[in-house]
Amino acid sequence: MSSAVDLAPKTSFQGLILTLQRFWAAQGCVILQPYDMEVGAGTFHPATTLRALGPKPWKAAYVQPSRRPKDGRYGENPNRLQHYYQFQVILKPNPPNLQELYLASLDAIGVDLKLHDIRFVEDDWESPTLGAWGLGWECWCDGMEVSQFTYFQQVAGFECSPVAGELTYGLERLAMYVQGVENVYDLNFNGAEGDDKVTYGDVFLQAEQEYSRHNFEAADTTMLFRQFTDAEKACRTYLDAGAPASETERHKMAQPAYDQCIKASHVFNLLDARGVISVTERQSYILRVRELAKACGAAWLKTAGGGAA
Amino acid sequence: MPDLLLELRSEEIPARMQRRAAEDLRKLVTDALVERGFLYEGAKAFATPRRLALHVAGLPARGQDVREERKGPRVGAPDGAVQGFLKSAGLASLDQATIVTDPKKGEFYVAVIERPGRSTLDVLAEILPAIIKSFPWPKSMRWGKASAQPGALRWVRPLQSIVATFGPETETPDLVPFAVDGIVAGTTTYGHRFLAPEAIEVRRFDDYVPALERAKVVLDADRRKDIILHDARDLAFARGLELVEDDGLLEEVAGLVEWPVVLMGSFDAAFLDIPAEAIRATIRANQKCFVLREPGAECLAPAFVLVSNLIASDGGLAITAGNERVVRARLSDAKFFWETDKAIKLQDRLPKLDSIVFHEKLGTQGERVQRIAALARELAPLVGADPDLAERAARLAKADLVTEMVGEFPELQGLMGRKYATLEGEHPSVAAAIEEHYKPVGPSDRVPTDPVSVAVALADKLDTLVGFWAIDEKPTGSKDPYALRRAALGVIRLILDEEARLRLMPIIVGRMALVQAVTKVDGHDAEVAETSPGLQSDKVKQDVRKGVSSDLLAFFADRLKVYLRDQGARHDLIDAVFALPGQDDLLMVVRRVEALGKFLETDDGRNLLAGYKRAANILRIEEKKDGRSYEAAPDASLAARGEPEERALSDALASARQAASTAVEREDFAGAMQALSSLRAPVDAFFEKVTVNAEDPALRENRLALLNALRAATREVADFSRIEG
Repeated sequence: MSSAVDLAPKTSFQGLILTLQRFWAAQGCVILQPYDMEVGAGTFHPATTLRALGPKPWKAAYVQPSRRPKDGRYGENPNRLQHYYQFQVILKPNPPNLQELYLASLDAIGVDLKLHDIRFVEDDWESPTLGAWGLGWECWCDGMEVSQFTYFQQVAGFECSPVAGELTYGLERLAMYVQGVENVYDLNFNGAEGDDKVTYGDVFLQAEQEYSRHNFEAADTTMLFRQFTDAEKACRTYLDAGAPASETERHKMAQPAYDQCIKASHVFNLLDARGVISVTERQSYILRVRELAKACGAAWLKTAGGGAA
Repeated sequence: MPDLLLELRSEEIPARMQRRAAEDLRKLVTDALVERGFLYEGAKAFATPRRLALHVAGLPARGQDVREERKGPRVGAPDGAVQGFLKSAGLASLDQATIVTDPKKGEFYVAVIERPGRSTLDVLAEILPAIIKSFPWPKSMRWGKASAQPGALRWVRPLQSIVATFGPETETPDLVPFAVDGIVAGTTTYGHRFLAPEAIEVRRFDDYVPALERAKVVLDADRRKDIILHDARDLAFARGLELVEDDGLLEEVAGLVEWPVVLMGSFDAAFLDIPAEAIRATIRANQKCFVLREPGAECLAPAFVLVSNLIASDGGLAITAGNERVVRARLSDAKFFWETDKAIKLQDRLPKLDSIVFHEKLGTQGERVQRIAALARELAPLVGADPDLAERAARLAKADLVTEMVGEFPELQGLMGRKYATLEGEHPSVAAAIEEHYKPVGPSDRVPTDPVSVAVALADKLDTLVGFWAIDEKPTGSKDPYALRRAALGVIRLILDEEARLRLMPIIVGRMALVQAVTKVDGHDAEVAETSPGLQSDKVKQDVRKGVSSDLLAFFADRLKVYLRDQGARHDLIDAVFALPGQDDLLMVVRRVEALGKFLETDDGRNLLAGYKRAANILRIEEKKDGRSYEAAPDASLAARGEPEERALSDALASARQAASTAVEREDFAGAMQALSSLRAPVDAFFEKVTVNAEDPALRENRLALLNALRAATREVADFSRIEG
């Protein structure tokens, strides 16, 4: 028999995740699993990017592993990771009490609102690669940014109608805060103590070291350049292949095309981390991904999910 | 007199927008009232993170009644005229009109139309929703279900509720009846989000403010600032420390809280190895906290002041501990940057500048550094700097842009460069110039005095100006994205403060050629090439360069005028000096303007100016009449044949002009003016005794030539035609 595990958010990383999932499930969200592709942020998940478009109501929450190749620190920095978890909530249209719901979720994970100073500090969100922007805040708890709160105004170049509210919790940071830990690798992952205790470092330290090496030193740039072009091409091909033949028909392949857009974006991030993209080229790569995102958004709006008749 | 209370409660308004928004609200509402004839006694607007509020005091309950008498047709006029009158005056029959008797015109109808003034409440119900719908937020958004509708309300963040009441002090005020996008104006608001979550009923401003205060909201931003500042000073004092005051930060934090609670935290003294400016930058930018110092000392204390929005049940222990954790993490980052940066010499960072684009048409930072270094070397002797040091400083001046620290805190550019250069053992003047070459940043910023700093600061700004002029990105109207006006003012202040002697034109023309060599797209040359492909000769290029350079010099003249006018100089005198050819030595221009100003304050100066004006007038009239100009030198022998005063003037002119010219060459402008002042008596005597339009055409012509010689003599010092008065 294993020793008792404590799944309170204050004692385990997974307890924090489970609590957030339960909280948002109770609000009527579908609890999804991470998207099965490499993305830079939870926003890239089609459950946010694509579902934010079109008139249909949508409520979802999920954990999304996020990859930021440039943020790798070979496991040596207590706060920075090239792979980390975001907890993403999207509510379309945003309910009028979204701020209160957010605060209730903090309470649920053990942040006592009588004890801690929660603040909404201006932070307008923009994703140049997704052609998306919104207004909102970074949410501070005692001076630490623990979440992003955004009212999407535009995604993939299209006005959001209605507007969706997006919450992104930085899980590691939040967990460090509630567990009172200074180093991310010291986080208790599973809530067990003694021999059974598994830390964040047990799970991810080696990966951080290996991927930092990969991202900065080894990633095969010839292959990556090729993959970028291939993904870009494939995205266009699938969009063309699924395109409706007439005004009354729907698009038939918006999501597979969008996968290629995600792929191109991640490949670009890797190339950027390898330092093989010059400042001027950088802008043009971002624009190329944005064009894909826009085309995919346009295609999505012609599907049932996008609200097409 | 009744008052208006308006509150627009929303989700958190960005701190930087609050003050402006409150002011906009006040102005929009009061302007709309005044426009409709409603005067008020006073108006004040307020902002907190969660609300804009407006109090307009002393409004009338209703507008003025309007009484109008409209004259109609005479009694017994044809029916058509009567009907037309009834219709236009809005009367049902002639019974409603009065009959007036006039001795001349007999009896006629008059309609008395009385329009009662509109009730203020109605007018407010009309004005307020319109203002809310078109409120000028710098950035606004849609939200919620309503956002799917076209024309949905936009606000800075979701608008939650509206309070709008109107009425006198003594009675229960009326609700202003309106709704915007489904939000109905009412009398309910809420206090502090955490400390007083219950609803509050408000009636008027006088009970609104104390009700909010009880609900832990300080409505007035200036009061919140005051509380923060005093509490912060007290806390610091109690620990034997001194607050490093920071107005910008104070304004910002006052916009982040409704109920300020000031707390103090500390950090490990080991972090004090990091440069104080970097500590302050990170604590300020990332944590919005104030730093502290030992009293009377420059060095920081290992403590900070934070402003929270909560009276916490544990007295703020958890909040302080949380902030300390974040500050610790931030300072660890800063320390890491500082240590990492020190491991690479500035010199070794230079190649990296070659891959940083300064401006897409102006090449890389690396190319720019090359140009600035060359120019700094060239300018060094003119400002008394060692050319080697100036060049060295210019080469290293931008290297800190690729350090971690400046990457993280761009506002530390220059300063970090200086620190690293000092540690690397660079010459103190080189290290100082790395920091100071950005100076002066504004009209009140300090002008560097070390000659090396002056040389690099001038080179940096001149290169920027020439570059943007070469690609035709000049400031227009209120748009000056590259701060070129500031750069030009910087050059002016550097030159004048340092009393540096330099001719701008050759420098500008020379730089223009260098910049054009790297510009990716040269607008001017491209144009020439398009219209006449065969003509892009060196000559044409040179002409284009000259044209653009003259334009830039004119910009300097313009900025100098603004600068001197602010110092109290007469703009017409500056014009009078700039109207002379070749005025590109700013120090000499200013000296000349000063001398001219003093001269014109003397009797001699004033009289000479009057004499000049008289001569110029006569010449203008006669030259126009004769269709020719009188530019030939006067003939001394002819003058000798005429009146003695004529002879005297002729002699005086010749010697005064010569003396003025020599003095100008010596840069003795006061001397030149002195020389001209000797003309006063002969000029006065000439006009008194001599008739210019003599019978003898030869004499007349010579007298006109004399007047022209006076005009020419004054041009030795300035173009008197530009001087007013």
